[in-house]
Amino acid sequence: MRPFEYVSPNTRSQAISLLGASRGNAEILAGGTDLLTLMKDDVVAPKRLINIKGINDLHGVSSNAQGFHIGALTTLGDLADDATVRQNYPALAEALAEAASPQIRNLATLGGNLCQRPRCWYFRNGFGLLPKNETGKELVAEGENRYHAILGNEGPAKFVSPSTLVPILVAYGAKIRLEGPKGKRELPLEKFFVIPKNEGEREHDLRPNEIVTEVVIPPASDVRAAHYEIRQKEIFDWPLAVAGVALKMRGSNVQSARIVMGYVAPVPWPSPEAEQALVGQPINKDTAQRAAEAALTNAKPLSHNAYKVQLARVALRRAILKAASGGVS
Amino acid sequence: MRDEDENQKNPNDSPESPGVSRRDFLKISGISVAVPLVAGPRVIKAAGQEVRVYGPGKVPMEFAINGKNYKANLEPRVTLLDALRDEFELTGAKRVCDRAECGACTVLVDNKPVYACAMLAIEAQHKAITTVESLTRDGKLHPIQQAFVDNDASQCGFCTPGFVVACKAFLDKHPHPTPEDIRRGLSGNLCRCGTYAGIRKAIAQVAQKGA
Ligand SMILES: Cc1cc2nc3c(=O)[nH]c(=O)nc-3n(C[C@H](O)[C@H](O)[C@H](O)COP(=O)(O)OP(=O)(O)OC[C@H]3O[C@@H](n4cnc5c(N)ncnc54)[C@H](O)[C@@H]3O)c2cc1C
Ligand code: SF4
Ligand code: FES
Ligand code: FES
Repeated sequence: MRPFEYVSPNTRSQAISLLGASRGNAEILAGGTDLLTLMKDDVVAPKRLINIKGINDLHGVSSNAQGFHIGALTTLGDLADDATVRQNYPALAEALAEAASPQIRNLATLGGNLCQRPRCWYFRNGFGLLPKNETGKELVAEGENRYHAILGNEGPAKFVSPSTLVPILVAYGAKIRLEGPKGKRELPLEKFFVIPKNEGEREHDLRPNEIVTEVVIPPASDVRAAHYEIRQKEIFDWPLAVAGVALKMRGSNVQSARIVMGYVAPVPWPSPEAEQALVGQPINKDTAQRAAEAALTNAKPLSHNAYKVQLARVALRRAILKAASGGVS
Repeated sequence: MRDEDENQKNPNDSPESPGVSRRDFLKISGISVAVPLVAGPRVIKAAGQEVRVYGPGKVPMEFAINGKNYKANLEPRVTLLDALRDEFELTGAKRVCDRAECGACTVLVDNKPVYACAMLAIEAQHKAITTVESLTRDGKLHPIQQAFVDNDASQCGFCTPGFVVACKAFLDKHPHPTPEDIRRGLSGNLCRCGTYAGIRKAIAQVAQKGA
């Protein structure tokens, strides 16, 4: 790891001021579970690290009429143990329990989870987010792409968005709040993720001097939700496909649905096609299967990852059935 | 004192750190500078208030490890794991992946298990750090250590200290675990020799007897 200077501000405005207006010189340090690895591998090499954990008002959770507010520095471990999460957002609780490992969850923060960088092995080995060789040829398309994107991969970005919590958070309708020198802004969480077109662009709508301050999840008492992920190992492994589903029912039919896939595209991938296929229908094996098929109709697998199309379909079908049966598989 | 208000300056623009300096390069390549510089924090202004900037050279640090006080001069880039092993000769926590992926470096920070390789030493100051070295008291093994012996839960032994600490933390949190709890709760430690069955038995033994 290269040398850097370390500073630990106590307020948001100090942190914002210390960040500076250009990218790459300074990095925000939250739990460090991703950032320190990127620094050890020299993928990022900040001159200054800004530890934001001393900013008290970024910690902890609270509830009001808008919903459940999660401070960006809340650890995944504390969130997994939180009574409100378990009671009101059980599908999120399940996603948290399956994320990483107990030791990582004790350090990793929700803000850091949303801002973590892709696991693409080209990126992690210093070839950039949109890896090319000297002649400008894209490396992923003809290279080792078995864990890469099957949707949204038309441009040079072929990595997959790495958080396993984001699909279910987006399905629950979560919003993200950011703060920078010009003040605060709020976005639907899915809008925070962008597909970079040029090397040097970030995969988040996050300016160099902005910090993520909180996530707000609307009340979900009338929502039936489920999280489902498929991994090669039972646990402590990066998934191959993730699905987050939130249904509102009218009687035994679906009134509205929010369906989001993870690990299939460079961004979390909501599927209006699957949502449409479900609205007005009862949930059963056939309707779940039809929705899952609709979600993957436009999939364009790369040379080594066609298997992911079927895995994504299965994850989605199972998540839909699980949501309808009250979150149990 | 320099004023760094509202983004007019960033570290790279600062005359004190123009890109990677020769001194930085020497540090990166591991060649030590003749006189090790230990410097107190530099005070700068951010959003109108004073903040302290530490490093990139060595800064004095203080730790509370296994109930004892430790001091060292370390660069901010030193991880808690490297501080434990290289400065304080507490070599129980092992450096295997150094990437938060294997669990061999597990220690407790404020009673919670974490990977010591995934935390900077500078951040671990003033927190209660517990390492595997503290578990044996007056020559007597901790019940979980004894259970590892009784159940043949160690082969080459390299993952064992991290596993023991993770097991202790797990049992403190789940005194009466189900087999499923055990599998999930210990998922953050890998064993290349495959001693998992013995470790699960060791945990079950302590859970039954009560630690
Ligand atoms: C072995 C392993 C397994 C894992 N498995 C999973 C998994 O199954 N599911 C999953 O979702 N994740 C998984 N992760 C990733 C893990 O969840 C992330 O590393 C973690 O959430 C990052 O949070 P952090 O607080 O440690 O962030 P840091 O490492 O401190 O920061 C990560 C990035 O986010 C930026 N950042 C952090 N906080 C903010 C903020 N408030 N505002 C703006 N930028 C910020 C940092 O500058 C940095 O670029 C795994 C990681 C490992 C090592
Ligand atoms: S193959 Fe297995 S036993 Fe042999 S060196 Fe590799 S890990 Fe060790
Ligand atoms: S050495 Fe820290 S987790 Fe592997
Ligand atoms: S006993 Fe050898 S790695 Fe676990």
